[in-house]
Amino acid sequence: MNFTLKIWRQKNKNDKGRFASYEIRDVSPDASFLEMLDILNEGLAKKGEEPVAFDHDCREGICGSCGIVIDGRAHGPGRGIATCELRMRSFRDGATIVAEPWRAKPFPVIKDLVVDRTSFDRIMYAGGYISTKTGGVPDGNAIPIPKPVAEEAMDAAACIGCGACVAACPNSSAMLFVGAKVSQLALLPQGQVERKERALRMVEQMDAEGFGNCSNTFACEAECPKEISVAHIARLNREFIRAKVT
Amino acid sequence: MKLDSKIPEGLIEKKWSNHRFQMKLVNPANKRKYSVIVVGTGLAGASAAATLAELGYRVISMCYHESPRRAHSIAAQGGINAPKNYANDGDSIWRLFYDTVKGGDYRAREANVYRLAEVSNNIIDQCVAQGVPFARDYAGYLDNRSFGGAQVSRTFYARGQTGQQLLLGAYSALCRQIDAGTVKFYPRREMLDVVVLDNQARGVIVRNLVTGEVESYVADAVVLATGGYANAFYLSTNAKASNCTAIWRAYKRGAFFGNPCFTQIHPTCIPQGGEYQSKLTLMSESLRNDGRIWVPKMKGDTRRPDEIPESERDYYLERLYPSFGNLVPRDVASRRAKEICDKGFGVGTTGLAVYLDFSDAIRRNSKEWIEEKYGNLFDMYHEITSVDPYKTPMRIYPAVHYTMGGLWVDYNLMSTIPGLYVIGEANFSDHGANRLGASALMQGLADGYFILPYTIGDYLATSKFKPVNTDHSAFLEVHRNISEHVKNLMSVNGKRTAEEFHRSLGKIMWDMVGMGRNKTGLKKAIGMISDLRDEFWKDLKVAGTENDLNNELEKAGRVADFLELGELIARDALHREESCGGHFREEYQTSEGEALRNDGKFAYVAAWEYAGYNKSPKLNKEPLKFEYVKLTQRSYK
Repeated sequence: MNFTLKIWRQKNKNDKGRFASYEIRDVSPDASFLEMLDILNEGLAKKGEEPVAFDHDCREGICGSCGIVIDGRAHGPGRGIATCELRMRSFRDGATIVAEPWRAKPFPVIKDLVVDRTSFDRIMYAGGYISTKTGGVPDGNAIPIPKPVAEEAMDAAACIGCGACVAACPNSSAMLFVGAKVSQLALLPQGQVERKERALRMVEQMDAEGFGNCSNTFACEAECPKEISVAHIARLNREFIRAKVT
Repeated sequence: MKLDSKIPEGLIEKKWSNHRFQMKLVNPANKRKYSVIVVGTGLAGASAAATLAELGYRVISMCYHESPRRAHSIAAQGGINAPKNYANDGDSIWRLFYDTVKGGDYRAREANVYRLAEVSNNIIDQCVAQGVPFARDYAGYLDNRSFGGAQVSRTFYARGQTGQQLLLGAYSALCRQIDAGTVKFYPRREMLDVVVLDNQARGVIVRNLVTGEVESYVADAVVLATGGYANAFYLSTNAKASNCTAIWRAYKRGAFFGNPCFTQIHPTCIPQGGEYQSKLTLMSESLRNDGRIWVPKMKGDTRRPDEIPESERDYYLERLYPSFGNLVPRDVASRRAKEICDKGFGVGTTGLAVYLDFSDAIRRNSKEWIEEKYGNLFDMYHEITSVDPYKTPMRIYPAVHYTMGGLWVDYNLMSTIPGLYVIGEANFSDHGANRLGASALMQGLADGYFILPYTIGDYLATSKFKPVNTDHSAFLEVHRNISEHVKNLMSVNGKRTAEEFHRSLGKIMWDMVGMGRNKTGLKKAIGMISDLRDEFWKDLKVAGTENDLNNELEKAGRVADFLELGELIARDALHREESCGGHFREEYQTSEGEALRNDGKFAYVAAWEYAGYNKSPKLNKEPLKFEYVKLTQRSYK
């Protein structure tokens, strides 16, 4: 397959950035989008040009490192997949493909397609945990958890922290990301003790980082590689209000 | 040098508790006076950093990712072992200990393995308390499944994402400490060397991957939790960035390297599609619980799998191993797949694949039942191959997956450099010559939560530390070395990229140092790797500059180290004239094609000592004594 690529190039966070065009030939339809970029980069490197920087690691959709807006969609066409799982057979032969970084104020561009998502970590530092210490905990079976509850907590816990929800949202809201964690821990008996403080602190940090609010476009759920439901945003809202008024 | 494994005296059940009592403690108020650097934030690194900080030590944590949560532990699928005996099927600490020693083909230390089995139950409790959503049954209790190499159900799991959930648990514990200010975390830092001062590890030199700056960090002890080196084979199931640099540089500073040739080839991976392929994808071996492995009885059969009648299929694992069937350990399953494909029975366009068939399980239970257990794995397979595994059997082939070898450590997890600890996959310790499924997560968390935090205290309490800062001449010298190393990589200015060299190395490793090894091939490999290394330093091309984010430069540094380590793996494989676990020397096999150990000559840990660039390393031996598990030929028949 042959493609024309329009890729965002930006030297560093202070550079203005621009699109550059590249032609790429004879790509296997079974190659992943990132493997296609590998081929492009190898060609560039051999010519002495700077390869396109992008984050990636596990290449099986679980580490959450990769994230490219492809043809206007976070992680490109397809549902429930990360960029690394996207195969070139999803595109028309001869197509022009546009690739750009996540665009959101709390995710400043570091270089080309690489952005700084440490704002997500800082939200997690502000309470994305149960304050248990190593040792001194009861037997794993001491507190039974109904299967549907454990399953729902697991649905939320599946978040890979890639930031596609933010990239897809017109308000750059991180509420699906924050909702997933708050929801997971609010559902489980172990998370009850710090339930209120957790919701308050994580939302406060989310706002401080400059993420927007949810206006129910549901774009986050549509682009989430783990298809996390917006119902977790609803639970976040309930948890937050509950914490504020009680 | 005489290797002292420091295994405590006494009965095996008492060794760890006695040892904990014998160790010196650091007074609670004094703990804040000590600092520890933990490199890496996978299961072992994150759990160690969090636990050390909880105890009161000042902790510096760093990784080359942007966030601790990206570490490759996240990709582990199947589960984590613990002998809770919740399934009431006769499990016990003793049985897990026995299974692990036997599964490792009698090349692990008994005392370490027993301790691992002993603390593994605590891990489950810890993770549940952190909010890890393990699978549960309808009564709300924890569910278990079985895994290769065991006949009990002792594997706890969170769908097909157990590694992710456990890592996020350890990450959350780390977040709590970062929030409390007891851990200082540095993202996008790659460790490039360890600083040894007065025979003590006192710090690390790292490259800031965003600015390109070389930075120094000082502490009283250093912990490496930097993972395995399976990417020496280029194509592996490891993440792209997984590399050996941290442990390799420590090796070159005096830490011994234990059993480098013990690499694990995982039997259930998606076969390679083409040259463009950048990595292989593993399908959890839990699939072998319900999937049946087969090939056509006729060589070169090109019929579709559904056109091949039952009578013309060879369920070779069930035929060869009636009692374990499809659940034989990984090394056995992998070797048999290679053997059957080499004989011409393989399927798919390359002939390098076997079928993993779920049609019986779907008929017996239901599609929904399979979906609930393995849904995400089936989706992943479908996504990659565009074949629907609910309808057509999966095609699988072995791929390099894990390295049992690593830096040699004593019972306290300390390397041969005082104050340099090595935990998780980065050390050589507990799995012998073959790791059982669902035991990597167990070992990483055991080291990080329950072992290292105790043993490092003893070292800190009993050692004297000279006050130093990063201006000390020892730091300045290593800093200079590393800056020069980076400049050297940039200035070769040849024609081939690091990726091309890596691919060439991988091909040598897979062909000659992979699943089947022999004397001729290994000798040839050593020569070829050495030549490739020379070419690397003459013909490498690194685009970009050293002063900013440069993926090419990062890769070049890692490949440079793999080119040295690859040779050590081959040397170790050449010297070990026996077959055991994942190390299969074609010259040493039984008439039935099973691994043939030589306990008289090789029941030891090979600990290699660096002797200088392009010089033969020195072999040290730690004899292995088996007092509790009788050495027998492994049988899974």
